[in-house]
Amino acid sequence: MSFIKKLVDRDVEVIVGKMLRYGVFTASGIVLAGGIFYLIQRGHTLVPNYQHFHSEGKEFTTFSGIIKGAAGFSSTEVIQLGVMVLLATPILRIVMSLGAFALEKDKLYVGITALVLAVILFSMFGGLKV
Amino acid sequence: MTVITFTLIMLAAAYMAGLLGSLTGLGGGVVLIPLLTLVFHVDMRYAIGSALLASIANSSGAASAYIKEGITNIRLGMFLEIATTIGAVCGAVIAVFTPTNTIAILLGVVLLFSAAMTLRRKNEQALQQGSRLSHLLKLNNSYPTKDGVVHYELKNVAGGFGMMLVAGVLSGLLGIGSGALKVLAMDSTMRIPFKVSTTTSNFMIGVTAAASAVVYLQRGYIVPDIAFPVVLGVLGGAFTGARLLKVINASTLRYIFCAAIAFIALEMMYNGLHHKF
Repeated sequence: MSFIKKLVDRDVEVIVGKMLRYGVFTASGIVLAGGIFYLIQRGHTLVPNYQHFHSEGKEFTTFSGIIKGAAGFSSTEVIQLGVMVLLATPILRIVMSLGAFALEKDKLYVGITALVLAVILFSMFGGLKV
Repeated sequence: MTVITFTLIMLAAAYMAGLLGSLTGLGGGVVLIPLLTLVFHVDMRYAIGSALLASIANSSGAASAYIKEGITNIRLGMFLEIATTIGAVCGAVIAVFTPTNTIAILLGVVLLFSAAMTLRRKNEQALQQGSRLSHLLKLNNSYPTKDGVVHYELKNVAGGFGMMLVAGVLSGLLGIGSGALKVLAMDSTMRIPFKVSTTTSNFMIGVTAAASAVVYLQRGYIVPDIAFPVVLGVLGGAFTGARLLKVINASTLRYIFCAAIAFIALEMMYNGLHHKF
């Protein structure tokens, strides 16, 4: 590996590291905002029963449902939006690594990274929720 | 219980879980699940969903610092993530058919194993002659130490990959990062120096947990009332833990915590065997 290539490699690693940190900060910021809002609105109501599992509605479990609720400033969906940002952070990290390996023309690792991304996308859209 | 009391208690509990997880190096998830199920009697499925969130937050938060120091082996992590993500997706599928009591017993076993692992002797030796596959896959690397840059090579890639598959399944099934098993695969099987194993394992946990968390979110295992205090509490606890580790010598504390975790593990197994979940 040439010196310049090594330098580019390190740069990308540092950017990936920063991205992970900002992702977590953003996610916790959104969760905190939604949470405070939620406490103000419903702090004195009773907690739903979580001792037994019951299926949740579309507003908490689908992308469109969460976005729709969060756009209407519904506090619970804002929290779920923060959760989605948290889940997206490592996935975005893979996408960035894919770009970085492509820049380095490292075909082997472009393939490996693409495979990992494919597994995660399959998990998201593969209808495994049942 | 009102929402505000529930949130405050949960926040304090998640903070403790994050603190304990970071001081022992086990991660926030493993302590969180027994806490939610045994103390708060939350259904196992909600506990698993929120523990995955805790693992992702912990991993992503800490990984950036290690990457900056140049210890994490990104190619190795990427390659092994093939195994952990496939495993995690399988784990999330198996979870549907697994009774919660069985999950509790399994979790107890993994907890006991993880606690024992933190007390084990670490591999500090850097292997100088790696296997052919390690060269082909460009997995050999170097990392900075006090005494200068240390070059290391690794062996038994297939064995390590296989163990990562198992780690992935457990992560998806139990909602934990299964860092202990990941470290074991790299440390004892592939002969990677301990510092590189732990940081690379931590780097991989986020992606592994995300692979099954996207399924659990769609199944409704992740709910806002629990996600809110858990994400913030565990992150806060982990942050405090990381700062404390710089100031105090954690080795004695680690023994006490590991004993506590072993006790929790037995409690989980006992309750699982008596069908309390």
